Amino acid sequence: MEIRSHDILLVGGGGAGLRAAIAAAEVNPKLSIAVVSKVYPMRSHTVSAEGGAAGVAKPDDSLDDHCYDTISGGDWMCDQDAVEAFVREAPLELLQLERWGCPWNREPDGHIAVRAFGGMKKKRTWFAADKTGFHMLHTLFQTSLKYQPITRYDEWFATKLLVDDGQVHGVVAIEIMSGKVLAIAAKAVILCTGGCGRVFPFTTNAAIKSGDGMALALRAGAPLKDMEFVQYHPTGLPFTGILITEAARSEGGYLLNKDGYRYLQDYNLGKPQAKPVLRSMELGPRDRLSQAFLKEDQKGRTIQTEYGSVVHLDLRHMGEQFINARLPFVRELCVKYQNLDPVTQLIPVRPVVHYMMGGVSTDINGATPLDGLYAAGEVACVSINGANRLGSNSLPECLVFGARAGRAAAEFAGNQDREGNGAVLAQAADEQLRIEQQYLRKTGGSERIATLREEMQKAIECGAGIYREQPTLVLAANKLRELQERYRSLALDDRGRTFNTELVGALELACMLDVAQSIVACALHRTESRGAHQRIDFPHRDDKKFLAHSVVRLAPDDSLRVEYQPVTITRWPPGERVYGQEEAPVEAQAKAS
Amino acid sequence: MADKILLEIARYAPEQDEEPRFQSFEVPFHKEWVVLDALNHIKDRIDGTLTYRWSCRMGICGSCGMMVNGEPKLTCATFLSSYGKGARVRVEPLRYFPVIRDLVTALSDFLLKLEKVKPWLIRNDSPPLTAGEFLQTPEQLDLYKQFSMCINCTLCYAACPVVGLEPSFVGPAALALAQRYNLDNRDQGASERLGILAHPDGIWGCTFVGECTRVCPKHVDPAGAIQQYKLKAALEWVKSFVLPRGHEDVSKKEAA
Repeated sequence: MEIRSHDILLVGGGGAGLRAAIAAAEVNPKLSIAVVSKVYPMRSHTVSAEGGAAGVAKPDDSLDDHCYDTISGGDWMCDQDAVEAFVREAPLELLQLERWGCPWNREPDGHIAVRAFGGMKKKRTWFAADKTGFHMLHTLFQTSLKYQPITRYDEWFATKLLVDDGQVHGVVAIEIMSGKVLAIAAKAVILCTGGCGRVFPFTTNAAIKSGDGMALALRAGAPLKDMEFVQYHPTGLPFTGILITEAARSEGGYLLNKDGYRYLQDYNLGKPQAKPVLRSMELGPRDRLSQAFLKEDQKGRTIQTEYGSVVHLDLRHMGEQFINARLPFVRELCVKYQNLDPVTQLIPVRPVVHYMMGGVSTDINGATPLDGLYAAGEVACVSINGANRLGSNSLPECLVFGARAGRAAAEFAGNQDREGNGAVLAQAADEQLRIEQQYLRKTGGSERIATLREEMQKAIECGAGIYREQPTLVLAANKLRELQERYRSLALDDRGRTFNTELVGALELACMLDVAQSIVACALHRTESRGAHQRIDFPHRDDKKFLAHSVVRLAPDDSLRVEYQPVTITRWPPGERVYGQEEAPVEAQAKAS
Repeated sequence: MADKILLEIARYAPEQDEEPRFQSFEVPFHKEWVVLDALNHIKDRIDGTLTYRWSCRMGICGSCGMMVNGEPKLTCATFLSSYGKGARVRVEPLRYFPVIRDLVTALSDFLLKLEKVKPWLIRNDSPPLTAGEFLQTPEQLDLYKQFSMCINCTLCYAACPVVGLEPSFVGPAALALAQRYNLDNRDQGASERLGILAHPDGIWGCTFVGECTRVCPKHVDPAGAIQQYKLKAALEWVKSFVLPRGHEDVSKKEAA
């Protein structure tokens, strides 16, 4: 079996992965760094992020303000030491991207411009029009090209983490172009594979977001954390699920029900004003806005379409010139994919699965409990997002914790000896054989990938959607167990070696099934409502029992075990989440503590 | 009965086929469907061996470029309805690229060309981050912004007759990207990029057909970038004969 060897191996080449690779290369230029990605890095899903990246930049703002917004937005489930580090380093990381050429929007005097965003009480969101993720990713990718120690494995799919004696030693990966299965040894592995939105039927996430890294970690014995917290973004286009950025609301867009009424005023989010008010109405946090949509729907005040209920996002009062300057991609997406022009028409929108607050459990440096394994970006749960992430915190999270994980992995790898390991090689050979036997040379079986995938998506939407309760969660859990069983009867049409995308699809489905089960397991155990996790049968927050992270592990019998781990509180004791008030009373509380 | 549409798809599996062939598939016609939805329908329900790339489905990741009825297109942004009910839609891999399988082309050569133009910000200094951002006014941003919009979908290469005739031609997207950095007031690397740009495989390879700009789904205007640079390169050449006076004039102007 062919083996390659590096010091540090990244799985995933998006925002977090490339930032980690560059950080590791800068710490120690002698290290050999591999970026293994199932797509060319510039195709990574970071590219789709639109609205912006939060980082305190202006004199009227403060690090404590950003901390408070993040922590209250996360319904006090964030680890506050991690939030403090994040908030402190985010502006420096955004500045670093500026130094690498990112075309941030500017003030007339040439300084960085910032915009408002949901749940943030100050303007602190850096933006590159409404293609922020695209510009960040291409800036990182183009910059990464100048670092000689970085070797790219473009279009390679990692199928397994190699673990021996509690330590990670690399991965097994398929070179998609040739179908060859190789072991890639490394002293440290950083998972940067992003989220798993494709587990759900209606998502903003790209086709590649199948939770691969989460499943790899879980199977290798590393725990996942807070998996029940799934963010629904309030404004997706029906049918496609294409995201209409929160910036559309922060720049002044209104959400209207079927009567043209700004219905958010009925949901404890403040009173409507003509101009956007921070932490109020359309600038409330995403969990509350998505929940308000469902309640409005139950009252029969949404608009019914072929693709489900919608409300309207109204940008018409902004005018063509302003929309072109600040929201060009929104206009382009509406014209190209929805056949309407937001300058003169209302945009139909509905909540859509957008982001996983949970992920591979890491510490503040991206280290998992498994030696040599790190994770950063959406795949990871540090946690700075708690029970609900604020818009524009995820891009800087990729940068801050990508860089931290890159530096920590570089230090770890620098202290390890490179030794061939017999046990690890045997594992790699087994994995190669498994791929042959279970997929490429398998006989019998009749299940199609698409059938299982669609049944999984339906099950998890019914069980673990915006509102959850015991009976439907149990149904979802049972259905997922059935699908795992039926997965064994999967039959591929494609037995070819060259660019076998059906094989990749089958491996991704296996990851999604594992991740879906962990979401449902955590959602069943948490008998309270907090942030994005709303239980109809347990409608209140229960700090006594559940001011704690869910930690889910794969037991030796393949069942999932959920335990709890305390949340780190530093300076912001749990309080009530207040939106829509001109003065948030909480500031005094934070100072007093 | 529901309306149907016929797709003729180029197939090529190197392990079996001597050369590419076409296979026809009948798929349901939905007004919301783009060409990519039809391909996904085939892969999910008819033939799991159909091979193509896709990801974001919102025209920004650049994965799903193909020839659709002979035109380079992002298939996620090309509606079946634009060809009409009952139409035949022919889908082929992007022209001028080696085909790996079915609709998947090899991108390694394109990646090398991108890297060749040094598409990163080059500076002679490296002030500490505490010194703050490099200033850039909105007007300075506008000078290069358009050329920073390239999603690397490679439609422009499939449209460019020079790429077809001269595979070593650096090509529209990479040249536009070089110009994106050259025009950025924070960059000081134009002279480092001159070698590759002024090479016969660089800007002078372009015969200004303008097809690249016509097919670009992001309005990057690579042809414009190349023409701008040609003009600048020609002026540099003229200037080399009128020095030193011309040079002095230019520097006085810049200082003013």
